[in-house]
Amino acid sequence: MNSEDFLLGEGILKGLKETARNALGSFVSEERLTTVQYPEQRIPTAENARVFPFLVYDGSDWQAGLRCVACQICEKECPPKCIYIEKSKDKKPDHVGKMQIYPAKFDIDVSVCMSCQICVEVCPFEAIKMDTQFELATADRFGGLLLDREQLAKSNEYYHQIHPTEASEVDARLAAEKAAAEAKAKAAAAAAAAKAAAPAAPKPAAPAATAPPTEKIPASPTAEKEGDAR
Amino acid sequence: MGALDTKADAMEAWNRPPVITPEGEGELLELSMGPHHPSTHGVFRMDVTLDGERVLKLKPVFGYLHRNHEKIAEGAAYLASMPYTDRLDYFCSLTNNWAYALAVEKLVGQAVPERAEYIRVILAELTRVQNHASAIGFLIQEMGASGTPLMYAFREREKILDLFESLTGSRMMCNYMRFGGCRVDVSEAWLQATRKVVGELPKFVDEFEELLTGNEILMARTQGVGVLKPDLAVNASITGPMLRASGVNYDIRKVDHYGIYDRFQFRVPLGDHGDIYDRYMVRVLEMRESIGILEQALKEVPGGPVMDPKAKIRGFRPKPGEAYGRIEAPKGELGFYLISRGGAEPYRYRVRPPSLINLTVLEDMCLGHNVADVVLIFGSVDIVLGEVDR
Amino acid sequence: MEEIKAAIEAAVAGAGVTIVRNESPSGQHSLLIDPPHAVPVARFLKDGELKLDFLSNVTGVDWLDKEVAEKVKVTKQVAKEVDSPEGKRTQMIEETVEETRKHVEPGYLEAVYHLFSVEKKDGPVTIRMRTANRVDQVQLPSLTPIWRGAEFQEREVFDLYGIVFTGHPDLRRILMWDGFKDHPMRKDYVEPDDYEYEPTAHDHVATRAKQHQEKQEVGSRE
Repeated sequence: MNSEDFLLGEGILKGLKETARNALGSFVSEERLTTVQYPEQRIPTAENARVFPFLVYDGSDWQAGLRCVACQICEKECPPKCIYIEKSKDKKPDHVGKMQIYPAKFDIDVSVCMSCQICVEVCPFEAIKMDTQFELATADRFGGLLLDREQLAKSNEYYHQIHPTEASEVDARLAAEKAAAEAKAKAAAAAAAAKAAAPAAPKPAAPAATAPPTEKIPASPTAEKEGDAR
Repeated sequence: MGALDTKADAMEAWNRPPVITPEGEGELLELSMGPHHPSTHGVFRMDVTLDGERVLKLKPVFGYLHRNHEKIAEGAAYLASMPYTDRLDYFCSLTNNWAYALAVEKLVGQAVPERAEYIRVILAELTRVQNHASAIGFLIQEMGASGTPLMYAFREREKILDLFESLTGSRMMCNYMRFGGCRVDVSEAWLQATRKVVGELPKFVDEFEELLTGNEILMARTQGVGVLKPDLAVNASITGPMLRASGVNYDIRKVDHYGIYDRFQFRVPLGDHGDIYDRYMVRVLEMRESIGILEQALKEVPGGPVMDPKAKIRGFRPKPGEAYGRIEAPKGELGFYLISRGGAEPYRYRVRPPSLINLTVLEDMCLGHNVADVVLIFGSVDIVLGEVDR
Repeated sequence: MEEIKAAIEAAVAGAGVTIVRNESPSGQHSLLIDPPHAVPVARFLKDGELKLDFLSNVTGVDWLDKEVAEKVKVTKQVAKEVDSPEGKRTQMIEETVEETRKHVEPGYLEAVYHLFSVEKKDGPVTIRMRTANRVDQVQLPSLTPIWRGAEFQEREVFDLYGIVFTGHPDLRRILMWDGFKDHPMRKDYVEPDDYEYEPTAHDHVATRAKQHQEKQEVGSRE
């Protein structure tokens, strides 16, 4: 410990010059004034930001358009086990028209959720995605942060608003899947019709029996909703 | 647990903390620098025995943040432990992720594509820069500078955290590395933003140094205080900037040749005296070296996948065996030891916490100094309670 | 690994060193050292040619008792009814039957040390020590006198597993508080009841939560 040049030495003066530059510079330059007066001012959230999960539904009816088919993969993979799913007893058609079960109960305990996004990664049906809302404080300690199916279900349009690039990619993927499923069904129907047309003479009832299967698969989402809205 | 032998007879003379005799008369004061303390980097307690202002004995007490992360990991799948590793050293979640991914990749013999290796290096060095800046900032704050250098450090840290958020989705709990690569690919826009941030970092380090390095108060308070000799440092398993400040040339990036660090030119700063000032200088110089590595890496990020296409993601069950993988985390050597018995969960999952082990010599360094110096010495060890307690 | 084993056996007389092979691609085999000779072996590893002066990691592992069932062919006397001119009577006849014999292989606690060399910049050398069983013979020699870095880590292994390290300068609990009774990292540790509000309980948490709530109801009814 030296004591001669202890007190007001060159180093301290240089430091003071530095702090003056920052303090007075905050009045003139943007980069020195970094404080954002929350909540009057807000920083726009990054597009990829993830806070808590939500369930996506297509169309306008959240129950009919819910993409989730209650496969329970997210429930198993969730590290803190904050998702609770109960399967339904009946089925409803999904976006390609296949009859799927849906979740009768889908609870996420948001106070336990650690926003790790593993549920989103493992979902094979693009049904659960990450929201960006974090102002969820509630005074109810025992159930206020337990979000049920209705609170979690948000529309695809909302998804497009918060994560535009991701949502467009997901829509493209789902449309491609649907197109592939339709093409496969058409090919299967054509093959079945061709097979039925060959022995047409001895079995006149066969062509009529193969016609109905093509109509059970609706071509547009609106047909699904009208069919089995619950 | 029965009568335990607590005498340190078997330890060699230099291996045991020296016994300081109290000077003067009067009682000794036993003070608990308790868990609620603004300068203890978290919930950490030190039971000090004081003779006036001089420290005669110091026992660190922790465990207030013990969440038994190792037992949680033994009951969960390998991937489910990845978000929990973020929360170990919560300042540097990406290096924690990399250490765990490295250990699992060693366990199964998984290769990582080149682009993923470059991204890992870029993220790890960004983490190192923001960690060292914050560590120095907190150290200076404990010295009484009321947070001014800390806020300058945090200004840069915000830029880096914004980069992390736009890539991984979260500022601190990134959960980004996977076994065999990274979770999502980086876009060219992100690389451009990173280049811009890295371009502004040298100016920040220059400002930082201008404010601090020549400062006489800093030098008077830190030079000669908290000296750690190199022999004791190696024997006490100290790693990271603390070890290098004592003069021992051991940087795991250079020793283990993990990742692609061999492709980059960087030097390893070493200290001469092993005091707090040396640890501060080593951290500043390491920041500069990290910026150098970042500039080199950002120039040559290759194309390709970020995740090995042959990596097994669902139903990941490594064959029975064990592996110990370690990296040079900003705080020291972060290692993961995994024993697998063929199931979906590890049989034994162990985190080797650099912060806990660097605290072994806290008593040795603090003896004979004043209470005010204890706070500084403790700050120069640079610990995070999430890692100490797990 | 074999050279290290040979070197240790040459340097320390009577040391029992076995190689424990590791089948994973990491190739990190380990040496099992018997506790009575652990301290001289450790001193040789540190000061001898290998110069393993850096102890990186000390871990505990809990291996539970294993119940082993094996089928054994046993020849023994079996009473059987035999026809004879006087009528049915019992006779002892030798027969070979297959029996399932069960025995319990005692579990043990293990301490694993990872050693590196700062001088030679060498890779990990893993050594292990095993206790005799998990119940009462849980002592192992402490390697803190040789590597100071083991001080806190052996305290942690004592705290979480219950291995008593003889020769440790300050063996007390480090992560749990001093009055704590059990050893949390053991495989048969049962957590205390704390299931006040479990809305999304799964698996064993669900069963414990239900038991806890039933206990609460019984308690509030009384």
